Amino acid sequence: MTYNWNWGIFWEMSPEATGTYLDMLLMGLRWTIATALLAWVVALFFGSIVGVMRTLPGRTVSIIASAYVEFFRNIPLLVQLFLWYFVLPELLPKTAGMWLKQLPNAPFWTGAIGVGLYMSARIAEQLRAGIKSLPRGQAMAGTALGLTTVQTYRYVLLPMAFRIIMPPLTSEALNTVKNTSVALTIGLMELTARARAMQEFSFQVFEAFTAATILYLLLNAVVVFGMRRLEKSIAVPGYIAGK
Amino acid sequence: MPMIDIQAVSKWYGPQFQVLKDCTTAVEKGEVVVVCGPSGSGKSTLIKCVNALEPFQSGAIHVDGINLQDPSTNLPKLRARIGMVFQHFELFPHLKITENLCLAQEKVLGRSRDEAMTKAMALLERVGLKDHSHKFPGQLSGGQQQRVAIARALAMDPIAMLFDEPTSALDPEMITEVLDVMVELAREGMTMMVVTHEMGFARKVAHRVIFMDKGEIIEDRPKEEFFGTPRSERAQVFLSKILAH
Ligand SMILES: Nc1ncnc2c1ncn2[C@@H]1O[C@H](COP(=O)(O)OP(=O)(O)OP(=O)(O)O)[C@@H](O)[C@H]1O
Ligand SMILES: [Mg+2]
Repeated sequence: MTYNWNWGIFWEMSPEATGTYLDMLLMGLRWTIATALLAWVVALFFGSIVGVMRTLPGRTVSIIASAYVEFFRNIPLLVQLFLWYFVLPELLPKTAGMWLKQLPNAPFWTGAIGVGLYMSARIAEQLRAGIKSLPRGQAMAGTALGLTTVQTYRYVLLPMAFRIIMPPLTSEALNTVKNTSVALTIGLMELTARARAMQEFSFQVFEAFTAATILYLLLNAVVVFGMRRLEKSIAVPGYIAGK
Repeated sequence: MPMIDIQAVSKWYGPQFQVLKDCTTAVEKGEVVVVCGPSGSGKSTLIKCVNALEPFQSGAIHVDGINLQDPSTNLPKLRARIGMVFQHFELFPHLKITENLCLAQEKVLGRSRDEAMTKAMALLERVGLKDHSHKFPGQLSGGQQQRVAIARALAMDPIAMLFDEPTSALDPEMITEVLDVMVELAREGMTMMVVTHEMGFARKVAHRVIFMDKGEIIEDRPKEEFFGTPRSERAQVFLSKILAH
C-alpha cells in the first residue's frame, strides 16, 4: 500500500469552504468542549441529587434513586442517545415531538443532555460511596446541633464527600469528554465527526486522526490539570483520609 | 419539673432485640448524672434518645417540659438547645475551629457572624484554645479536639449537656484536660448527663449515678450511696472491674 503523507493538509482549504482543514477540526473541538461542559453540569446536578437520595433513610426515595442509577448506567450510551434522539420525539404528543425535532442544534442538546444523564448515574454512585465513607457520627453531630437534614448535607456531609471523591470524579470528567464522541451518531459535528469528514474529503486518514488524538489528549490534559488544581485548593489541612 | 424526664422508655432494634427496657429516670436542673455500665448495655442509645437522635417505640421523654414525641415539637430547634459531645469528637474536618463553632449559631440560631464569632472566641478562651482558633480539627490533638467539641456545644447556650464517653477515645495524658473542662462546667451548674467510666469524675461532681445492664436501669442512686454500697451484684462486679485498673 502506498500512502501519500501530507502534513500540509491542515493548511489547505476544506471543501466546506469555511476555512482550512485545521479550522474544521478546531470547530469540532469547540463543539466537543461545549458538549462536555454542558454534559458535566447535567451530570453533577442530577448525580448529586440522586447520590444524596440513595443515602436517605426513606425507602421509596432510595428505590427511585436506584432505579434511576440502574437505568442510566446499564443501557449502552449509544442506545440512550438513539432513544432520546429518534424514539422520544415519536412518543411525545405531536406538537412537542415536532418542536423537539426542529430545535436548532438538536444533536448538541440531545447529545449533551444524554451524555450528562448517562454520566450522572456514575457520579451518583461515586457520591453515595463518598457519603457512606464518612463516619456516621458526622451526620449525627450536625443533627444534634439542630441542623436540618438539608443543612446537614449542605454544610457537613457534601463538602467532605466531594473532597473524598475528587480522584474518581477526575476520571468521570475525562470519561465525559471522551463520551461526547458518541454523539456523532446523532449528527453532532464534534471533533471525531470532523476528523472523519476530513478523512472522507481528503483521504488523509492518518493525519486527520493523529490531529484528533492530539486534540483529545490536550483537552484531557487541561481537564486533569484543572481538577488537580481544584483538588489542591480544597484540600483540608491536617485531614487524613479514613481517620 | 425535671429538665430531662425519661418515662418508661423502651426501644427495639428490629422485632427481636430490645435495647432499652422500661427505662425511667429524671435529671433536675443543675444536676449532674453519670451513666455507666458494661459495653452494649444501651447507655449511648439512652442518651441519644434524649435529643431524639434515636427514635423509641414506647414511653415518653420530656426535655424542659417539651414532649419529644409530640408531632408539633420542632425537633431541630429543641436539639439546638441540648448540647451533645461524642466519643469521637465529630468536629467538621473541612471547617476551621471558629467555623465549627459558628456554623450552627448562624444557621440554626440566626446569629450574625459577629455575634457568633464573639461567642466562639470567648468559649475557645474558656477551654484554653484561643490560640488555635484559625486551625483545622486535623491539626489538633484528640484532647484539644474534644475541648473544641465541648465549646461548639456550649456556643448554642444549651439548657443541658449530654456526653457519650467523651474521654474514652483519648490517650491517657489528654483525659485530664477534657475532664477539667467538664468539672468546671458541672460546678457552674450545668445540667449534665454523662456516659463515662471515669469514676474519679463521678466522685468529684456527680449528684447521681445510673448503672445500666442489658438495656435496664439497674441502679439509680445518689453518688454517696452508689459508691458506698451498690445493692445489685451486677453493679458491684462492674465497679470492681473498672476500679481494678
Ligand atoms: N443501629 C443499630 N442496629 C441494631 N443494633 C444496634 C444498633 N445500634 C446499637 N445496637 C445494639 O444496641 C445495644 C446497645 O448499644 P449502645 O451503643 O447503646 O451500647 P453502649 O452501652 O453505649 O455500649 P458501649 O459502652 O460499647 O458504647 C448493643 O448491643 C448494640 O449492638
Ligand atoms: Mg456507647
